[in-house]
Amino acid sequence: MPVEQLSENNLWRRAAIIQAIRLFFVEREFLEVETPVRLPCLAPETHIEPIRSVDWFLQTSPELCMKRLLAAGHPKVFQICKCFRAQERGKHHLPEFTMLEWYHVGSNYLQLMDDCEQLFRFLMKRLALQFTSGGLFAVDTPWERVTVADAFSQYAPIASDAALAENVFDEILVEDVEPHLGINVPTFLYDYPADLGSLARLKKDDNSIAERFELYVDGIELANGFSELTDSTEQRLRFEKEQKSCREHGEIPGPMPERFLKELDFLSSAAGIALGIDRLVMLLCGAEKIDDVVSFTPEDL
Amino acid sequence: MYTASDLRKNLKIEIDGEPYVITDFEFSKPGKGQSLYRCRLKNMVTGNAFDKTYRSNDKFKKAPLEERTMQYLYSQGDEYHFMDNKSYEQIAIMADQLGDDTKFMVDNMDVEVLMFNERPIGVTLPNFVNLEVTRADPWAKGDTSGTDTKPVTVETGLQLQVPPFVEEGDKIQIDTRTGSYITRVKE
Repeated sequence: MPVEQLSENNLWRRAAIIQAIRLFFVEREFLEVETPVRLPCLAPETHIEPIRSVDWFLQTSPELCMKRLLAAGHPKVFQICKCFRAQERGKHHLPEFTMLEWYHVGSNYLQLMDDCEQLFRFLMKRLALQFTSGGLFAVDTPWERVTVADAFSQYAPIASDAALAENVFDEILVEDVEPHLGINVPTFLYDYPADLGSLARLKKDDNSIAERFELYVDGIELANGFSELTDSTEQRLRFEKEQKSCREHGEIPGPMPERFLKELDFLSSAAGIALGIDRLVMLLCGAEKIDDVVSFTPEDL
Repeated sequence: MYTASDLRKNLKIEIDGEPYVITDFEFSKPGKGQSLYRCRLKNMVTGNAFDKTYRSNDKFKKAPLEERTMQYLYSQGDEYHFMDNKSYEQIAIMADQLGDDTKFMVDNMDVEVLMFNERPIGVTLPNFVNLEVTRADPWAKGDTSGTDTKPVTVETGLQLQVPPFVEEGDKIQIDTRTGSYITRVKE
């Protein structure tokens, strides 16, 4: 790729980053897959509104199909695809965006954090790109890992479980906690309250905590990963809870993903993660907003 | 009614019977969490501002605002009198509500008056106005102060910097948004 284009043009950088991501996973013997974008049912999630496509839905994430592929005997899979979420538009949000997801049988959320560090170091080295925040991704500095409970006690006016009980967890996370995350080095915020990890496995020694994490860089949330819940009975109960919560918010939940639940029992242990490509490109380009790293925004069409 | 997804910069909504304009807006959504609409709101009457975060199920009343073209007639003490160009109805707006706008207003000028529930709360001036220079010191040739502008006063009492060739009695065009000199006009 022409060097001068890489240093100046966000679309060239975007292409180079995506090609390097592919190379990273291919070298590690992950299978690149494509799963259908239009689906008859999605994982019910209270705060994610799908976009309808005739009588089906556009995917909000390829998660369920990816896990079905694991269950079908593919131990390492990755995908770069478009996801769609209604009503999400802002400096860091597009209703149609590009997601990277990877899943690994036998892995867990702590290993996924290591994967993230390796992926980023690979990208930095391969592309010889510099983060604008300066030294943010210095290859030898270990990244910060902080639990949700610790981050709240450090930055927030109330504890995380109190925030959850008073229904102000999201506000406090956004206003008081997130601005401090990933400032000098990237931060993994991990060990979420069990209620905030509908598809995540609970910790063996503490069932009030889900083995889930989010990766933050420069206060921006970049990725969400977890140890997968593989107990279909428990998963069904969690989905029913989400469906109930959808109804309480005045929305009609879609049908239960029966095939996924049936095949989940064939999966022993696994971990998977979703990473927003547009935001990653933003950070690597030093762009202020997501609009600056896509070919067209909805408003441009 | 507006819903939270309608919120954006410059949207005008009514809260507790008062008109507010959104001066800053950001959409946030943590992880699997709910959508948050973070706003900075300014009261359009008092100018007081505050921050507030709304959620997707919040609803908002549209501020009943209407702009009417009116002619500025005259001022009497602190009262500025205007006449609606269509209905010929006359209204008065207090000086403190007009703020610096009074420095650009001359008799018979057309302005847009912003009405909230039939109550005038402000005016929008034309972007450019022509005002007469009522006081200008003659340009001292050989002035070595190094500046290439001089201060003048116009008919409304506004003081501004202009090029040295502008003289008393000249009409000059002024940008009402910045208060700065644009050009000398011949009439």
